[in-house]
Amino acid sequence: MTTAPTPENVLTDHHDGDHHDGDHHDVHPIRKTAMWVFLGSECVFFGAMIATFFLYRTEFGDGPTAEEIFNIPFTSASSFVLLMSSLTMVLAHNAFDHKDLRKARVWLAATALLGATFLSGQIFEFVEFVHEGLTVHSSPFGSAFYMLTSFHGAHVLIGVILLATMFVLSLSGRLYADRGLNIELVGLYWHFVDIVWIVIFTIVYLLQV
Amino acid sequence: MASTASHPSPRFYWWVAVVLAVITALEIAVGSMKFFAPVKVVGLYLLGGVKFAAVVGLFMHLKFDKPIYRSLFLVGLAGAVPIFIVLLLTFNRLT
Repeated sequence: MTTAPTPENVLTDHHDGDHHDGDHHDVHPIRKTAMWVFLGSECVFFGAMIATFFLYRTEFGDGPTAEEIFNIPFTSASSFVLLMSSLTMVLAHNAFDHKDLRKARVWLAATALLGATFLSGQIFEFVEFVHEGLTVHSSPFGSAFYMLTSFHGAHVLIGVILLATMFVLSLSGRLYADRGLNIELVGLYWHFVDIVWIVIFTIVYLLQV
Repeated sequence: MASTASHPSPRFYWWVAVVLAVITALEIAVGSMKFFAPVKVVGLYLLGGVKFAAVVGLFMHLKFDKPIYRSLFLVGLAGAVPIFIVLLLTFNRLT
């Protein structure tokens, strides 16, 4: 006789027999390996874009300079929000590993909200910059800046969508440990988005002013 | 499949987050320096590097996970470096 799946019992129903709390056995190795290969390729992708920004970082043309428009306190607050979302993500993963689905759900929601807050801040910043004369067409610096930060923003948006999907799946008891959209894989992607921002915040913002 | 190590506790992750927040505050302080430009640049790279390593090693579990994942990520990271250098060399902007 089988038990009907509920949000609380799916974790145990779909775990591998050799799983122990705290071990990293909850994802099929091939899927996790594929995720690390993907993240490695993303390093090359963002590396090329950061190099492009380096080429044009002082080419302000007729547009405003970085020092004139950057609002470091605001961007620092945004960076802090994204950094803390990495904490909530790792806490969600930890709770999931300990089969505490309710807590995992809370941390997932917190991560998605922090991600959405970061994105709102980025949109606000872009609107401010456009009003101050920095557009994609205003200077090579503007093109490189928007290309790099908006690609990163797109990655954050995808991450928020994935987190929201995981949250919805958890409500209906379809958040499995060993198949489907997995909390560990989404967590890896989310932390990657955070480390890319750590580099962007240093190179694009702090070193420019 | 053999286990490599167990997860740290949530308390550990909170402490990592506190350290990361302190480093971010230091970054902002160093970034606002209007003098000693070389010190500022080196300081910002160092602080950013520590944050990067902490998130990758501790939050992404590379420190505790199988070495193959570390290798895969490092290959990607190492691939980015020549692209960076070649691109800057091509446009004569390395120096």
